[in-house]
Parts: sequence; C-alpha cells; structure tokens
Amino acid sequence: MKIGVLIKQVPDTATNIKIAANGAGIDPTGIKYVVSPYDEIAIEEGLKTKEKVGGEVVVVSLGPVRCVVVDSYLTARILASVLEKENFDILFVGKQAADNDCAQVGPMVAEFLGWPQVTVVEKIELNEARSGAVVARRVGGGAKEIYDVSLPAVIAVEKGLNNPRYASLPGIMKAKSKPLTTLKAADLVGGEKARVEVTHYRLPPERPEGRILKGEAEQVVPELVRLLREEAKVI
Amino acid sequence: MGNVLILTEHQNGHLKKVSFELASKASELASHMGGEVQAVVIGSHVAGVSDLGKYGVKKIFTLFEASLEKYNTENYAAILSHIIQEHRPDIVLAVAGSMGKDLLPRVAARLKTGLMTDCTDLKMEGGKLVATRPIYAGKAFVDVKIPESTPQMATIRPNSFPIHERGGGAQVIPVVIQLGETRARMKEVVQGAHQGVDLTEAEVIVAGGRSLKSAENFKLLEELANVLGGAVGASRAAVDSGYVSHDIQVGQTGKTVNPKLYIACGISGAIQHLAGMRTSKVIVAINKDPEAPIFKKADYGIVEDLFRVVPLLTKELKKVLAE
Repeated sequence: MKIGVLIKQVPDTATNIKIAANGAGIDPTGIKYVVSPYDEIAIEEGLKTKEKVGGEVVVVSLGPVRCVVVDSYLTARILASVLEKENFDILFVGKQAADNDCAQVGPMVAEFLGWPQVTVVEKIELNEARSGAVVARRVGGGAKEIYDVSLPAVIAVEKGLNNPRYASLPGIMKAKSKPLTTLKAADLVGGEKARVEVTHYRLPPERPEGRILKGEAEQVVPELVRLLREEAKVI
Repeated sequence: MGNVLILTEHQNGHLKKVSFELASKASELASHMGGEVQAVVIGSHVAGVSDLGKYGVKKIFTLFEASLEKYNTENYAAILSHIIQEHRPDIVLAVAGSMGKDLLPRVAARLKTGLMTDCTDLKMEGGKLVATRPIYAGKAFVDVKIPESTPQMATIRPNSFPIHERGGGAQVIPVVIQLGETRARMKEVVQGAHQGVDLTEAEVIVAGGRSLKSAENFKLLEELANVLGGAVGASRAAVDSGYVSHDIQVGQTGKTVNPKLYIACGISGAIQHLAGMRTSKVIVAINKDPEAPIFKKADYGIVEDLFRVVPLLTKELKKVLAE
C-alpha cells in the first residue's frame, strides 16, 4: 500500500504561550517545537500499516509555519495539490494540530481529493483485500460510531489509536538518507488566497483571585455549597 | 440579504439545547444585518422543530428520511451545501461538536469559503462576522474573520451563548434532495461504559487527577457528578495512569470544556489542563497541596484530602438539592 501521512510542527504542549509585543502573533522566543501529538499517532499508524501489509509511508508537511498562521483552506489546497499526484491508498492525519486547533485540514483535503473521510478515529482494521476498512470514530458522551469506509480515504486520528514509538538512534540516522523533496507553494496553487484572516491575538483574561475556604471539612463543605448556590448561583 | 443559517442538532428525536443557543445568537446577528434566521434540521424524525420560532428562527428547512437517522458526512455535506447554494445566507453557524467539526470543513471546502472553528464569541463589525476563538487549547485567543468569501462560516462551542426567547413563529419547509451512494457508512453506534452527558456540553464537570489513585476511586466523582447532573472529566495524568479512558481527558490533547461549574479534585493544574478548562464560569479546587497551581485559577478552594471532601460534598448536595 502507498500510505500518506500529514504532519505539522507545533510548540511543545508544555509551552507557556506569550503574545508578541505588536499583538500580531505569538512570541516565538524560547519555544521548543515538536511534531503535533496527533500527527505522531498518524505516523505510527502509517508505520504499523506498512509493517502489516507492506508498501511505503510518505510524509507530507507544509512549512515553515512557525508562528505564521496559514489558514486551513489554503493549507488543504496546497497539500491536496501534492497528494493528488501521489496516488495514496490511505492518508492518515491528526484530528487537529495542537496549535490552532482548527481540525479542518483533514476533511478539507478529503473534499479536494474527492475521497471519503472518517475523523476522530481510535480504531482501524483494513479488510483482506485492502479495499476498505472498519473504523471506530469517537463521539460525545463516551459513544463510538462504527463505519465501513472504502479506500482511498482520509483517516483523522485520535489519541488512543496507538502508542507512538520512540525514534531509535539508528532510525534517526537512517532518516537522514531518506529522499526529501521540497516544493514551492506558489508553484502548486499560485494565486490561491487564505480565507480566514486573524485580526488580533491576546491572552485570555486573568481569572480574579479566588478564595480558600479554611476550616475543618465538616464546616467548609456546607459553606462551599452555600456559596455555590447563593453567591455563584451555579447550582 | 443578511440572513444567518444555522445547522441544528438533535438527540433521541428532540432538538438539543445548543440548537436554541445557536438560534438565539443567530437572531442577534441577523437583526444587525436586517436579515432573518433560517435553520436546517436533518434526520429521520425530529419532534417540535417549530419551537425554533420562539428563538427567532423564521424558516426551517427539514430533511427527514430513514436513511438520515445516522450521521453521514457525504450525505449531510451534500444537503447542507445544496441548501446554502439555494438560499445564499451571509453567515452559516453550526455546533463545534462531533458532527460540526467533521462536516463544516468539508462544506466550506466545497463552497470555497473559510470556516472559523470552535468560536466562543461572535459579533458583527463593519458588516462582517468577527469571531473569537481559542488557540493552543485556550492558552491564547484570536479574533478572526472571513473578509472576502461567502458564506462566512463558524462553529460555536456549546454553552457560549445564552438562550433568548423572542416569540414568533417559523415556517417549516421540507426539502427534497436526491442522495447518492456514500463511501463511508455508519454501521452502528456503541455506547460507552460511562454513558452520560457529553463533556463538551456538560454544565457541571467533576474532574479527577492522579491523586484518585485508581479507576475504582473515580466512582466517588461519578456519584458527585450524578447529584449535579454533570459529567466526569480527568487530567492527562489520570488518563496516562490508566484510571480512565482518553475520551474524558480535559486539556490540550483532550477536550476543551466550558461548563458553569468545574470541580477539580486532586488535580494539580498543569498548564495543559488549565488551558482546557479555564473558560469554566466557576472553578472549585479540592487538593491537599496548598501550593497546587489550580488554586490560582479557582474561585473557591479547599485545601484538604479529596477522599474526605468529595463524599461530604456529595452528601451535602444531596441534602440541599432535595429541599
């Protein structure tokens, strides 16, 4: 099988995000960049699939996107223009990137390629003929939807699908000799524009200082309930 | 012109509360533009759709077919795209849930327009929709707009907008569309072990961290959540320790939630967790470590062992709520 995987570089999730002085983006100082956590799961699923059925894994990434907002529509158009020439049998993507959290590129790429999609996938089993798969999609309230999907398809993966392996030292050395093709976006979709414009970045408002209820549990619990009812009015 | 189209959601044959939140906000936006609110209801059968009129909806496009009982990306995308192309709304709003996040990007791509995901606020500025949305799971926020292409599309986070009754009636318009074969078909829905309120829509969340020490102990939180009609959440530490499944993880690489009341039990408050719950209206923290960062974000804190406080709290709430 020819297996495609889309990946993106994002700030480590332990990063404390700061806004640049001009408010036009995030401050890149001191940020450590990593492969987006959901994309690691997509890579692992690509590798596991290859190990099981044979074939090759091709990773496609768009960049440099550090601190530059590229809108999902434009990203998906650029990626689709590359993907459509590659004749993939299946494409794994993260359910969302852990920076802009848009969760749009997977479905948009599927639309541009004219393929079916299943998003938030936590289980996938290919059929014998490799012409389709049974996949479980996680939805709200702890439920799962089970789909029959024909290939090629876009599969947007959720945490829980697998446990991404650690890159081994020999693996890292071997990666340096893998063919890497660099393309220019302008050559692929010249003239295409972003659809969404970011006008302002800001930090969330600080929450006002809270209150520690002091005393024995037997006293503070009824006090908490009273405050939740009478002051906060949430119960 | 200036119309706002909303995609409603329903469960067990009834519209969900979040549909009325959408309708209420859409009415406000439409009135700024001198337009009207139109709603789309897709499914097999949904009762009481005309109730949407009370929240300002003027036209309701319904498409009820047995084959639409289960969500299907391709069919739903064909229906929504068709209705948008036919009626040309300026703005399209949907819920940022399992369906909206799967469907709306597909429709936006088909219509060659933009989509703003998981918005927590919407307003009109210079005739354009300006949306506020979290990035980095809520560590920062951006204002975004779609300056040129139409319609301007956005998905909204549940519990972001109050419901306003305005009175008035709506016209129900059945839509007929020829649906084709689809390549991704839902065979069945498997309910989870802890079936209940969806975390992202829950008004009350009781969440636990690694201090819960076992899967068994999460029952304490379930009992408390049940008294309040809420849902149980967890920190990544609790999920990684194997106490609970990932689908109830709150925070970056988990769910971003927006309840009225968030009760954090034995959660220290790692930055990834705080990002996912900081928009909660009221936060209660119960932790025996007085230095836990969660206390900096909490409205009310109790520095005490959760195993002492949680059962007491459940008992007290049972008593008070029964009165």
